[in-house]
Amino acid sequence: MSSQPKISFEDVHLAFGPKQVLRGVDLAVDPGESLVIIGGSGSGKSVLIKTVLGITRPDKGVVAVDGEDIVDASARLRNTVNAKIGMLFQGGALFDSLPVWENVGFGLIQSGVMDRQQARVKAIDTLARVGLDEHVSTLLPVELSGGMQKRVALARAIADEPEIIFFDEPTTGLDPIMSDVINKLIVECVRDLGATAVTITHDMRSARTIADKVAMIYEGRIIWTGGVKDLDAPNHETVDQFVHGRAEGPIQMAVRR
Amino acid sequence: MNPLASIGAVVLAFFTATGRVAIFAGRALYHVVTPPMHFRQMLRQLVDVGYYSLPVVALTTLFSGMVLALQSYTGFARFSAEGAVASVVVLSMTRELAPVLAGLMVAGRVGAAMAAEIGTMRVTEQIDALATLSTNPMKYLVAPRIIAGVLTLPLLVLVGDIIGVMGGYLVGVYRLDFNPSAYVQQTWAFVETLDVMSGLVKAAVFGFIVTLMGCYHGYNSRGGAQGVGIATTNAVVSSAILILVANYVLTESFFSK
Repeated sequence: MSSQPKISFEDVHLAFGPKQVLRGVDLAVDPGESLVIIGGSGSGKSVLIKTVLGITRPDKGVVAVDGEDIVDASARLRNTVNAKIGMLFQGGALFDSLPVWENVGFGLIQSGVMDRQQARVKAIDTLARVGLDEHVSTLLPVELSGGMQKRVALARAIADEPEIIFFDEPTTGLDPIMSDVINKLIVECVRDLGATAVTITHDMRSARTIADKVAMIYEGRIIWTGGVKDLDAPNHETVDQFVHGRAEGPIQMAVRR
Repeated sequence: MNPLASIGAVVLAFFTATGRVAIFAGRALYHVVTPPMHFRQMLRQLVDVGYYSLPVVALTTLFSGMVLALQSYTGFARFSAEGAVASVVVLSMTRELAPVLAGLMVAGRVGAAMAAEIGTMRVTEQIDALATLSTNPMKYLVAPRIIAGVLTLPLLVLVGDIIGVMGGYLVGVYRLDFNPSAYVQQTWAFVETLDVMSGLVKAAVFGFIVTLMGCYHGYNSRGGAQGVGIATTNAVVSSAILILVANYVLTESFFSK
């Protein structure tokens, strides 16, 4: 295992007005590792990965990629870092005005890596990788089902073969079979690319399929990390309640308070 | 609540909003003048803002010119000054009515659409997705719209000037029995380059205001469909108010003795 993590968070704090979302997150993701962050809705999971992308700025703490703090990164460093990252957004976040192939090839065209024609060929190849036919490439996102939109979003996230891939709730809103298809595609794509992956989910089936390592965020802190095999016996009351989806336990008490 | 505190809160909110708009405008202008340019986006906006607004502006200015001829005739007939109708129509259209009416109509048509489109992109994370795909959202979404607004509104107003004067001519000649060549001669005799140029400068400023407000409110929209609705309303209302204020300031600077 490498001594330097691919991504690291040290004492990361973030508040939106009076609401303290992150209260000192410490977490490291090793190169090539697939980390799944679990936690309830509003626990700060999505916000945490948005601090890496520069979409949200932490109030305090260090967010580093390849050992370099990127909290106050210059525009040039930000571009360099973001070029290493692909992201699958929770709702897909496909551009409605562009056909599927242009969505998938968007990053390649904008970064100047390829011209439009080359990007189109690459996009069609990438769509095939996620199980979509060439004829889909000319459709608009609104013409696709939810599952197909997720596949297109996945294709967009991996099109320029990033070193790091973030998956934000990849199976939300999908039926169990399509969820399994997406989970397996994620595993395949991450393995084939050799990428470092961070997945945010509260779907335990996803977590078990995708993860090498699991971390749980609760009340703005990482309260547990462990291997995917430790999930069923985490030796932590809060994690145990969440993983097994029980109404009774410390999380329920927090809701009542 | 203490009435002074209420007044203070309103004043602070006003200055906060003004500051935010000023910073947004500064960032937008920076991206307007620095490469790279997104020419495809710019072309699309030029067509959307300019070409598709043409019928609305043409109809508005045509009927305004016609009504102006009718009303000014009614007024001037009281002291036997009917001959001034042509000059009143051309000066009113070029200096005030064409730019202000075109600005307001474009605010309703284009400003609202921009706020809704960008606002929807914000709440569906498409703007965040741009940032992860080597694309600065300000440069990709805002700069092309501002360039399109500043370039096309003067052209729309120029067309509006001609159509408005033509509306006055039609009513003057076919309804009020003016001599056609005398009407045209009267129009040419009174209109000066400054009259037309001042209208075109106003139009460029109004184009900036409309697109800036549309982009600003859309870019900063929050909270789903309701937030997008609020952003759209705010874009139109703030554009309309700023157009009227800017119109007075520009008229003072052009024509005050």
